[in-house]
Amino acid sequence: MNKPLRATDLQPDDDGPLYTAQKKIFPQSVSGSFRRTKWILMAVCLGIYYFLPFVRWNRGLGAPDQAVLIDLANNRFYFFAIELWPQEIYYFTGLLIVAAIVLFLMNALGGRVWCGYLCPQTVWTDLFYAVERFVEGDRRERMRKAGEGFKMQRAAELALKHSIWLMIAWWTGGAWVLYFADAPTLIKELVTFDAPMVAYIWIGILTFTTYTLAGFMREQVCVYMCPWPRIQAALTDEWALNVTYKYDRGEKRSSLKKAAQLRAIGEPVGDCVDCNQCVAVCPTGIDIRNGPQLDCIQCGLCIDACDNVMKKIGRPTRLIGYDNDINIHRRMEGKPEVFKPVRARTVIYSLIIVAIGGAMVYKLANRSLLDVNVLHDRNPVAVRLSDGSVRNGYTIRFLNKRGFDRVVAVDVEGPPNAMIHIVGADSITPARPMIILGRDTTTELRVLVDANDDVPQSVPVTFHVTDIGLGEVASTKDVFVTP
Amino acid sequence: MADHAHHGEIDKVTGTATTGHEWDGIQELNTPLPRWWIWTFYATIIWSIGYFIVYPAWPLMNGYTRGLFGYSSRAELDVDLAKLNQVRGEKMQALATASLEEIEKNPALLALARAKGKVVFGDNCAPCHGSGAAGGKGFPNLNDDDWLWGGSLEQIEKTIKYGARSGNDEGHMGNMLAFGKDGTLSKDQIVQVANFVRSLSGQSTRPGVDLAAGKQIFAENCVACHGEDAKGNPELGAPNLTDKIWLYGGDEATIIETITNGRGGVMPAWIGRLDPTTIKAMAVYVHSLGGGK
Ligand code: SF4
Ligand code: SF4
Repeated sequence: MNKPLRATDLQPDDDGPLYTAQKKIFPQSVSGSFRRTKWILMAVCLGIYYFLPFVRWNRGLGAPDQAVLIDLANNRFYFFAIELWPQEIYYFTGLLIVAAIVLFLMNALGGRVWCGYLCPQTVWTDLFYAVERFVEGDRRERMRKAGEGFKMQRAAELALKHSIWLMIAWWTGGAWVLYFADAPTLIKELVTFDAPMVAYIWIGILTFTTYTLAGFMREQVCVYMCPWPRIQAALTDEWALNVTYKYDRGEKRSSLKKAAQLRAIGEPVGDCVDCNQCVAVCPTGIDIRNGPQLDCIQCGLCIDACDNVMKKIGRPTRLIGYDNDINIHRRMEGKPEVFKPVRARTVIYSLIIVAIGGAMVYKLANRSLLDVNVLHDRNPVAVRLSDGSVRNGYTIRFLNKRGFDRVVAVDVEGPPNAMIHIVGADSITPARPMIILGRDTTTELRVLVDANDDVPQSVPVTFHVTDIGLGEVASTKDVFVTP
Repeated sequence: MADHAHHGEIDKVTGTATTGHEWDGIQELNTPLPRWWIWTFYATIIWSIGYFIVYPAWPLMNGYTRGLFGYSSRAELDVDLAKLNQVRGEKMQALATASLEEIEKNPALLALARAKGKVVFGDNCAPCHGSGAAGGKGFPNLNDDDWLWGGSLEQIEKTIKYGARSGNDEGHMGNMLAFGKDGTLSKDQIVQVANFVRSLSGQSTRPGVDLAAGKQIFAENCVACHGEDAKGNPELGAPNLTDKIWLYGGDEATIIETITNGRGGVMPAWIGRLDPTTIKAMAVYVHSLGGGK
């Protein structure tokens, strides 16, 4: 292991206040591989978000044909071939756990890459910045305009910018509600003002949050509101790759001319020419050369900016790059760089992801489409009948998750000579009542079980529900209580 | 607020000016409320004044100000209730027109009747029969299959409507006579007939008691109501004495007490207190508890 890094190695003495009022940030446009990656990911993420509700998926007659649908009214969740019932909420729990661990894994490998490339706050803020740049111009122009007084043309620009922002925000809210109802129908209803009030309210809420969070609060969300920077600071280790200013290469900073002179006489000099490009492009307005900072969302734009500078002055690129402290020290000691993506931490994260993901896939593949739940009567728990036999009452809930009606027979097993009777269900086979379960529904029925007096004590009882046509069987256990 | 600012110095940790006030070395930061907060506060004050004018607000000597809109929460409740009844009315209409058998045959109506019946039962019947209708001493268990006044849907509905010994003309009549109190039977005779009755349902009898005499007494006094075979008579509310269910208890002492002092529990008539649809729902609910025939 390398010698531990002291905070003072990277951090200049900072006597500034803990909190400061928001400083307006005017990030400059930049081009490069990271910027390109960000554009592509933005297109993919927003494309999925805005257009997924329009993807159709055939589930048979009478069932919704929207690929992704959260059907709150009917308590169903559809995701392509998967249909989930409220009883299966544990899939979402599993999904949340997997998502959290994936985030941990990303962090162990590449720091806050989630923040820089995929977080909705980043994606929409980036989009809003693009609009701002398109309407008002790049950094210098925006700074100049922010300083000057009121002008007609300026007002027109602002109006245009805010209208485009609001339009995007409104579409964001609009796309959101489409996940909760049949998208084409809802759009028609929205246009004709026939949609449910709650749809308009949600569009309003998301329009407002998108507009304020992406238009005004921007990096404030990342720095002050989001808990992830704090969590990830506690999770990270010395091997994680982070956007890093390689001060071993950059220092001492000097001007281009001076550097050339010093190099000519063989004096040591750094590559950083103090051009401040990395600061100008940073969406959170920080100087990465001060070392790792909570405010850095690891978007890599400073890497692009510095690379452009390095190319221009003919020095090797990646003065700023994805790197870690260990390698800085190794280079300073003249050792080769090492990267260790496979470490205990990443292996454990991967194992957890595979285990939980695998369990979910297994459960999903073996998902029962016929289910039964039982609730024993509590008051009275058992009844003595006139011939001395004992009766227990149960409320049984049958779940038919198939898209068609089916006939099931109900059998009881446990108490000797048990007789079963379902209230309201007259059957031609009285000893084995049969009922019809409507498609994709639950049916709740009252079931009575009688047993001879010779049941000495409470015994376990099992209800078997058998699909007459398909032979599928679902069972559930309870007890048969003797008074 | 802001006028204090020039007194203070800048606090290093927070970067905020102090007010210049100091107590025991502790200085006060000058952090006035944000302007938007202040304005929201003023707005709520203005809003509340409007509220006082528009809605009932001020208590007066004998009443209160009515407000500009004449709003009253009671009137609002009436409107809500009317709406609710309208919504329910459509569903309840189906319940009202269907016969008891039709309700039992139709899963949707059965579920509706059971749900409604359960609530009404809890409100009205549970004090005597218990919330799960398990009954108690003197109050029949409605989950079993023994029915004093008959367990068919119609019979249950009739019992709920008119009651038993309720004073309603259509209600069930019939009492267990007080054979001991009115001197019809002597104490010994009562013991004899009580033991005979226990033997009918296969229970043990007191040794040395003349069961034949008890049988004779039963034939002379009891068959009129309980029948030759002692299986009872739902017309009269006479219980079946051969089964295992005892309303007041099947031990010797209780049977002796019953024969001596008679019995006559009262089931109130619910017609007039509950509407026919509600009674219908309750009949279906009670029938479905398990004991209905
Ligand atoms: S320092 Fe670099 S990586 Fe970090 S937020 Fe700023 S531009 Fe992005
Ligand atoms: S962009 Fe590169 S050269 Fe310019 S200041 Fe930043 S680190 Fe130094």
